Amino acid sequence: MDMQFFGLLMYAISLATMFGIYGVLCLGLNLQWGFAGLFNAGIAGFFAVGAYTTAILTSPESPNYLGGFGWPPLLALPIAMLLSGLIAWPVGRICLGLKGDYLAMATIGISEIIRLILKNEDWLANGTMGISTVPRPFESLGQPRGNIAFLAFVLLVMIILYVAAERAWMSPWGRAMRAIRDNELAAAAIGKDVVRFRLEAFVIGSMVMGLGGALSAMYFKFIGSSATEPLLTTFLVWVMLIIGGSGNNRGAMLGAGLVWLIWSGTELLTNRLPAEWITRSSYLRALLIGVLLIIVLQRFANGVLPEKPPRRIDS
Amino acid sequence: MEALAEFVNLYFLPGVAVGCIYALGAVGISLIFAILRFAHFAHGDVMTLGAYLAYSLVASLGWSVYLALPVAVLGGALASVAIDRVVYQPFRRSPGIIVVIASFGVMLVLRSLIQLFWGVDVLNYETGIRKPIPLIGDFRLAQKHIIIILVSLAIAAALHWFLSRSRMGKAMRAMSDDADLARISGIDTEKVVRWTWLIGGGLAAAAGVFAGINSKLHPSVGWDLLLPLFAAAILGGIGKPYGAIVGGLAIGIAQEVATYPWISDLPLVPPAYKNAVAFFVMVCMLIWRPTGIFKGRVL
Amino acid sequence: MALLEAKGLVGGYGGMDILNGVDLAVEAREIVVIIGANGAGKSTAMNALFGLIHLRAGHVTLDGADITGAAPNALVGHGMGYVPQERNVFRTMTVRENLEMGAYLKPATQARVMEQVFTLFPVLKEKANQPAGELSGGQRQMVAVGRALMTEPKLLMLDEPTAGLSPLVMEQIFDRIVAVNKAGIGILLVEQNARQALAIAHRGYVLATGRNRFTGTAADLLANPEIGQSFLGG
Ligand SMILES: Nc1ncnc2c1ncn2[C@@H]1O[C@H](COP(=O)(O)OP(=O)(O)OP(=O)(O)O)[C@@H](O)[C@H]1O
Ligand SMILES: [Mg+2]
Repeated sequence: MDMQFFGLLMYAISLATMFGIYGVLCLGLNLQWGFAGLFNAGIAGFFAVGAYTTAILTSPESPNYLGGFGWPPLLALPIAMLLSGLIAWPVGRICLGLKGDYLAMATIGISEIIRLILKNEDWLANGTMGISTVPRPFESLGQPRGNIAFLAFVLLVMIILYVAAERAWMSPWGRAMRAIRDNELAAAAIGKDVVRFRLEAFVIGSMVMGLGGALSAMYFKFIGSSATEPLLTTFLVWVMLIIGGSGNNRGAMLGAGLVWLIWSGTELLTNRLPAEWITRSSYLRALLIGVLLIIVLQRFANGVLPEKPPRRIDS
Repeated sequence: MEALAEFVNLYFLPGVAVGCIYALGAVGISLIFAILRFAHFAHGDVMTLGAYLAYSLVASLGWSVYLALPVAVLGGALASVAIDRVVYQPFRRSPGIIVVIASFGVMLVLRSLIQLFWGVDVLNYETGIRKPIPLIGDFRLAQKHIIIILVSLAIAAALHWFLSRSRMGKAMRAMSDDADLARISGIDTEKVVRWTWLIGGGLAAAAGVFAGINSKLHPSVGWDLLLPLFAAAILGGIGKPYGAIVGGLAIGIAQEVATYPWISDLPLVPPAYKNAVAFFVMVCMLIWRPTGIFKGRVL
Repeated sequence: MALLEAKGLVGGYGGMDILNGVDLAVEAREIVVIIGANGAGKSTAMNALFGLIHLRAGHVTLDGADITGAAPNALVGHGMGYVPQERNVFRTMTVRENLEMGAYLKPATQARVMEQVFTLFPVLKEKANQPAGELSGGQRQMVAVGRALMTEPKLLMLDEPTAGLSPLVMEQIFDRIVAVNKAGIGILLVEQNARQALAIAHRGYVLATGRNRFTGTAADLLANPEIGQSFLGG
């Protein structure tokens, strides 16, 4: 095969895979913010729980950290989700009866603490070195087939999530959730258990974020503290959801695709900069993302694909 | 006696200094919450900005960092007013949580600008260690801690005078009590908002400079303090500036004192986990008394 | 020329319109009462006059100058004072500070006007250093009225200042309103105690579902049997 074509193909596959992973994260955040109006400022934490759980469960045994247990990758996914949910549950329990700002502060807190533990407890996850022997499913198929197969798997996960989220959106559960989001008092007045509904959205959303982390660890075959930087997880995902259109599952995925294109497209550009600027280029990109977020919030608060009132299922 | 002196010199008094830094930052968060009704996530990065402004003066003009402090305070104050004009003002009538997302954006912008202009290396205001100054008996206090504590005390006194005596300070309390009623009384609420940012941003810059003096300077110096700042604001009752001062001191002292070898020869809480102490306090408050010790606003 | 004149006010709180074309006027030195059922839009109309609600149509003039859509704090500077129906004191601030906030735009005359307010409501002087949130309902209303007077208005707008007060205190408040009016201040008053209010008023409006229903002198309204039945409790 032509080398250049091969390179392009691999690049396209990596773009698409990252799109799928971010799509999963955005769908998770949309469950929380778009459905229920819950502000989660600690996506990085739930992402990390999912990613490290997968790494520890699936990597080959090592003297440097807990496990690894060498599990088959697919078996690790549900455990990763479960653990993320288990951490989200008490956080939600404590904060969801309070004003939204408290949840924001508490989630940023829990995510920083999780990252702190993972960074400092060498026995648990090899500290700052991280775990670099995470197996990726379908690897045995070789390049590029294995990569394509993994891409297909990631996209399949995203699509399953999308279909499930769409169904949830149109279900009575989704309708109650939006009623609570838009007018908490009125919803409570007609007998909705506001805190329970919110807790469900928060926990499920966090589990999806854990799933995103798990997929990411598999894809990079590595997880370390650099990979859970809030910039790449928390912030980027928020920007994606707001730009794509919160409250719209298709918008969430579209935002993931658009912003990831911008993010990696600017990487191509900045790599042509003079050498001393290349190191700084990542800051330029962060600057760009920040400015983009503010402008979109001010001018196009509904995103590219705004939320639509759901059609009735029977019509 | 020696053990007590060691405890006070190495844990308690440094904790007071750290607490002063938290207090300065948390006051701004609380004031902004009281007036604008949102948790300002970019506050840590305003601190960082102040710290680097001071660094520029120290590095390029050879100023003492204490001379650079007022300039940095002014810079942080004006930058905050400017950020409010450009970013937050269009959101005045939006739900608070939208503004929180916008402050996420500000956080990214500020941090990346700092990284672009000043780089990511760890910096110091001055090199060399000074001998601690003896107080009474075995008690001694590092010079930097003395200055941090004294300046913070002066700022707290000035703030108290401002809020309880000055016309603008009272208008600020009025607006935090009820913004519509303040408007009906003739108070120009946009002017109050500008003053809020001036004060909050200025105090944040001071806190940032002190944080740099206390340890080192790096682009995430403010971000790393965000969690204890929120904990301090919640502990004091969010929206209560005086509460934030107490909360800041309490969290600062608790964090340092928790690293004392209380039980075995090892620190009770490893120094790397200081922030976990703040988080623990935050969680306890959220569970048992989310209004804070001074009964803050809204649940 | 009327002190305050509003024509064709249409607007509400975002979604539906609450006001569907309301006209109101207050002449100088006049006491005007607005009555109407709960939810008729009385408070909404007051808020609209004071620039707290976005109007979709209609305009408001004060002494002939167009003040439609002006900011509330600017209106205070033009001589309008307002006591809203709810949340009308700064609960965390002392009585004195509440009054000071009323004088925010007029610090020069603050001391003098505060003495006048204390003369009008002596109990406020006793409680000057107590947080307003700790006062009784009637005392709070006095603080609210006092705060509005501190702005030295030409026109004082009061939304149900006697709600929930005992007949004695209610009468006190009405007395004070008359006294204030005698000093040359125009009064626009929303009241549920319609009979008593009309007794001190010059003219009155009856609002229903965001529209003017009846307009007339206080005597005419009191005499109108239709109004008597539906709005004055028989
Ligand atoms: N803040 C608000 N947001 C949305 N709707 C409101 C608001 N305040 C009042 N309304 C609605 O506007 C309508 C008129 O209310 P308004 O307060 O003007 O009535 P009112 O005549 O003052 O009644 P009352 O005698 O009970 O004080 C009501 O149907 C009410 O539901
Ligand atoms: Mg009313």
